[in-house]
Amino acid sequence: MAEAASTSGAIRSRGDLRGDPRRQRRERIVRTTMLSAAVFSVLISLAIVFALTGGAVDFVRRLDDLGLLFSPQGWFPRSNAFDVRAIFVGSLIVSIIAMLVAAPLGLGAAMYLSEFAKPRARRFLKPILETLASVPSVVMGFFALRFISPEIVQSLFPQAEFFNALAAGIGVGLLVTPLVASVAEDAMHAVPNALREASFGLGARRRLTSTRVVFPAAVSGITAALILGISRAIGETMIVAIAAGGTSGTTIHLDPLVGTQTMTAAITALATGSDQVRGAGPAYYSFFFVGILLFLMTLSLNLISERFVRRIRRQY
Amino acid sequence: MGGSTAVVAAREEVRRALMGRRRDLGTTLFQLGLLLTLILALAILLVLLGQVTAKALPVLQERGGQILSSSYSSLAERAGVRYGIIGSLYLMIFVVVIAFPLGIGAAVYMEEYARDTRFNRIINANIRNLAGVPAIVYGILGLAIFVELLGDVTSGAGVEGKSLLSGGLTIAIMVLPIVIITTAEALRAVPQSLREAGFGVGATRWEVIRSHVLPNAAPGILTGSVLAMARALGETAPLIMVGAVTGFLATSGGFVEPLQERFTALPTLIFAYTKKPQPEFQEVAAAGILILMGTIFLVNLTAILLRNRYERKW
Repeated sequence: MAEAASTSGAIRSRGDLRGDPRRQRRERIVRTTMLSAAVFSVLISLAIVFALTGGAVDFVRRLDDLGLLFSPQGWFPRSNAFDVRAIFVGSLIVSIIAMLVAAPLGLGAAMYLSEFAKPRARRFLKPILETLASVPSVVMGFFALRFISPEIVQSLFPQAEFFNALAAGIGVGLLVTPLVASVAEDAMHAVPNALREASFGLGARRRLTSTRVVFPAAVSGITAALILGISRAIGETMIVAIAAGGTSGTTIHLDPLVGTQTMTAAITALATGSDQVRGAGPAYYSFFFVGILLFLMTLSLNLISERFVRRIRRQY
Repeated sequence: MGGSTAVVAAREEVRRALMGRRRDLGTTLFQLGLLLTLILALAILLVLLGQVTAKALPVLQERGGQILSSSYSSLAERAGVRYGIIGSLYLMIFVVVIAFPLGIGAAVYMEEYARDTRFNRIINANIRNLAGVPAIVYGILGLAIFVELLGDVTSGAGVEGKSLLSGGLTIAIMVLPIVIITTAEALRAVPQSLREAGFGVGATRWEVIRSHVLPNAAPGILTGSVLAMARALGETAPLIMVGAVTGFLATSGGFVEPLQERFTALPTLIFAYTKKPQPEFQEVAAAGILILMGTIFLVNLTAILLRNRYERKW
C-alpha cells in the first residue's frame, strides 16, 4: 500500500512526507559513490607524495656521502656524481629560452585577440592556437631536433652542436605559447569596458589604451599566465629528452648552444635506455629525488599563479 | 592681425583633427605587430606539418600500408607502427573505462552535492593542483605503485610490472583531473532554475541530476572527455617511465591476455625512431607522426563539432 502511494506520487498520510525509504537509500548510495570518486583524487595526491618521498629517502640513504649531491663533476649518476644544481641549471636555461619565445608570442596573440580582433576574426584565429596546443610533445621534439636545430639554430650559430638547449628551449616555448596566450587573454578580457571607454573619452588611441590601461589592469592575470608558462616549461619532458642532448648527464654550464640535461630529461634517462642501472647503488633511485624537486617546484609555481588569478577576480 | 591668423590656424587644426583620417599610424603598426605573432604561430604549425609530411611522403609512397602492418624493427625498411597503434587503442580503453566514470563522478559530487565546507575546499584545491602536475611525475607514480608495488598483480611472468595494465592505469590517472575540471565546468553552465524546477516537483537530488543536469551538461562533458582523450593519445613521458618497450612484443593474442604483457604505444615508437640517427628512421618516425597527428586532429575536430552542434546559450 505504501509502495503504491509512493509510485503514484500521491501523499496519503503524514508518513509519506518523509519519502520512500528506497528512494532515500538510493540517494545515499549515489551520494557516497560520487563522494568516493572525489576522494579518489585526494588519494592520487597522497600516492604521488608517498611514492616520491619514499624513493627520495631510499636514494639519500644509499648515498655514501651527502656531499655527492653537490659533486663538482656535475650530474652523472652512473659515476656517482649527483650534483642536482647541474640539471636544475639545465632546466632553468631551457625554461628561460622557452619563455623568451612564449612571452612575446603568447602575450601578443592574447592582446590581439582581446583588444583588436573582430568577433569573426577571433572565431578563425583562436583555433590556430588551440591546434598548436594539441601538438603532442613528442612531435614537437621531433620538430625541434630535425628542423629547429639544423635549419634555425645551426644556420644562425654554425658552432652549435646538433643536440642543443636552444633548439629544445624554442620547441618548449612554442608548446607553452598557447597556454600563456589563453590565460593572458582571459585576464585582458576580464578588464571592464568602462576602463577602455574612459580612456577613449580622454582622447587616448587604441594602442595607448591597450598598453597603458588594459595591460596594467590585467597585469596580475598576465603574471599568472607567465608563471604558469614557466611551470609548464620546467615540467616538459619529451622535447628536452629528444632535442637537448646530454643523455648521460651534464656539468653546470650556461651555454645554450651545446647539449644539456634538464631535471625531466634526467628522470627519463635514468628510468630507461642505456642509463638503466637497477638495484645497485643509489643511481636508480636518484630520479625519485629529482622527481620530488620537480614536483615541489611546479606545485609552488602553480600556487603562486593561482593567487595572482584570484587577485583579478577580487578586483572586478 | 596676428591674433586672428592664430585663431584661424587653430580652427583649421581642430577641423582637421575632427574630420581627417581617424586611423593613426602608431596603432596600425602596433596592431600589425600583434597580428604577426598569431601569423607566426600559424606559420610554425604549417612548417611543422609540411616538414613531417615531406619526410613521411617518400616512405609512405614506397611502402604504403605496410608501415601500418609491420612492427618495430631495427631495419628501417621493415620498421612500422602496428603494435603502437594497437597499444594506443588499448590505452584509450583505459581512459574511457576508468578516467571518464571516475572523473564525471567526482565532478558531480563537487558541483552538485558538496557544500562549501573545509573538506570540500581541500578536495577542490587538490584537483586543481593535480591538473598542474607534470606528466613525468605521473610516470614516477605509475612506476612506484603499479610496476614496483603491485607488479605481481599487474603483470605476468617475466614482465616485471611493465605491463599494459600499468601503462593504462597511469594514463587514466593522468587525465583524470582534466576530465573532472571540464565536466565541472559543463555542470556549472546548467542554470540553477532547472534544478529548482526538479526539486519543486519532489525529485531527490540524484533524480534531478540524472534527469535534468546530466542530459543538459552532456555535450560539454563529452567535449571535455574527448579532449582528454586527445591529450592521452599524444602523451609519451609517463609511458616511458612505466616501461613501454619499443618492440619485439611476444603477444599471446586474445583480448585480455595482452593486459599483463609488455606494451608499446604510437608516441613511444615515434620517440624511439626519432632518437635513431639514420635518416631512414626519420621517415618512419614522420609517418608515425602523421598518423598520430591525424588521429588527434580528428578527435579534436569531433570535440569542436560536438560543441558547436549542441552548445546552448541559457
